[in-house]
Amino acid sequence: MPNVMELQEVEVWDGNMAASHALRQAQIDVVAAYPITPSTPIVQNYGSFVSNGYIDGEFVLVESEHAAMSGCVGAAAAGGRVATATSSQGFALMIEVLYQASGMRLPIVLNLVNRALASPLNIHGDHSDMYLGRDAGWINLNTCNPQEAYDFNLMAFRIAEDMAVRIPTIVNQDGFLCSHTAQNVRPLSDEVAYNFIGDYQSKNPLLDFDKPATYGAQAEEDWHFEHKAQLHNTLMHSDIAIQKVFDEFFDLTARRYNIVETYDTKDAEVVIFALGTTVESARVAAKNVRELGIKAGVVTIRVFRPFPYVKLGEILKDFKAVAIMDKSLPAGAMGALFNEVAASLYQVQDSKHPVLSNYIYGLGERDLTQVDLVKIYQELDANAKAAKLTHPTQQFIGLRGPKLSFC
Amino acid sequence: MKGWNDFEIGAVLFPFKHQGQEALASHNNERDYTQESSFNSSVAHWRVDKPVHNSEVCINCFNCWVYCPDGAILARDEKLRGVDYVHCKGCGVCVDVCPTNPKSLLMFSDHEDNQTALKNWPKKEEKKRD
Repeated sequence: MPNVMELQEVEVWDGNMAASHALRQAQIDVVAAYPITPSTPIVQNYGSFVSNGYIDGEFVLVESEHAAMSGCVGAAAAGGRVATATSSQGFALMIEVLYQASGMRLPIVLNLVNRALASPLNIHGDHSDMYLGRDAGWINLNTCNPQEAYDFNLMAFRIAEDMAVRIPTIVNQDGFLCSHTAQNVRPLSDEVAYNFIGDYQSKNPLLDFDKPATYGAQAEEDWHFEHKAQLHNTLMHSDIAIQKVFDEFFDLTARRYNIVETYDTKDAEVVIFALGTTVESARVAAKNVRELGIKAGVVTIRVFRPFPYVKLGEILKDFKAVAIMDKSLPAGAMGALFNEVAASLYQVQDSKHPVLSNYIYGLGERDLTQVDLVKIYQELDANAKAAKLTHPTQQFIGLRGPKLSFC
Repeated sequence: MKGWNDFEIGAVLFPFKHQGQEALASHNNERDYTQESSFNSSVAHWRVDKPVHNSEVCINCFNCWVYCPDGAILARDEKLRGVDYVHCKGCGVCVDVCPTNPKSLLMFSDHEDNQTALKNWPKKEEKKRD
């Protein structure tokens, strides 16, 4: 049996360390990893936990991220609890195998520490890699700080391994802003954390020699479509299992998470919708602009896949103006998040159709300041008062040179 | 035909109707394969040429059996007993690895009768001397 680690009631961990401890407490059978900035410390810490006897599982060092995810797929198909971590280019290299994992319905947990994609080379945070993986058939969870990086990792195993789900799950955290920022984290004890996650239940493991199974066989037009439809159906309905896990985690820790989360939206007229660490900055800005008489609020989602169209549409439909913040390059379109939020509002009955605008920000971790956020709220307020867009739909924040605006 | 909700999740296929360990003990043509097992799909139409086995020349070294990528070489009672033409794709690897002189597996046109092919078997090749 592995050694138990005595933890303080409050630990000072950065997002990476928080994720490492959650992986340790999950007692994973196999972690196959290839380190990449800024997720490197997750597997580095994990490696030292293995070396010091805190983990009774295999830690496989491979030659690339493609091999890391391949190792994870093999180990998960064999019938074990499996996890890894990556960022940016490494995630891009994993993409091919991500589709294998979701198609085979292997409940792997992947820590994605969000970082910009080259070229030009940039090791810092934005959400480009998150959007790269959005159609890969994985559940995507979003966190804002180290505490949440820890909590969501514990919950990710529960969600992925739920017998009604069995879909691999990504836990997103912002590169550096979360991964390298040390904060107070309240961990669970090893025993409580493991009991929350539970023993691993395998489904059709390759190592069951009495019931041999073939994984990933050729399907072609005969039934490829049906298998993909089956994955999509389960993914679209996985929000039920996800909410159940959120509820059980609340019962255990008194920390409440919801699929869609709101801040100060009761009487709000203008709202910023964002993901990741930006949510916390926007909350500060919302509080400050209320003193200027702007009824400001913040909305975020904890679950980017399955995208909560109905829940989000219901919450956003009554506001007057909404800013949708995309921390990635849309490359020839409106921001990815903008498109999905706009689509959500078209799904709900009696939507008053708030004025929507799209802000592209923070590419390669360009700072998003309180000044920027206040300016966005002021623009939203102008939209709300005019009941129409008073500026271009898509704008770039903090970009040097002439203003870049579209639509 | 099955609908999308009738399939085992993860595109998993189960080759045998009964216990896999038991199936290992019997020859592949005696095993209880499921309908979805690839064993039930013929690939004969992929083939242009077919390998013909000549037991008169064969030394039962099992090279062809080891190298066949599809397990299409039939072995019974520790002897080679020809080719499973339902699963042979006609790749010719068995012929290539056959060490005897003349070779005990040779490629013939797929429509040629095996008896005729055996009658036309080449003679032993003389060793070349410098």
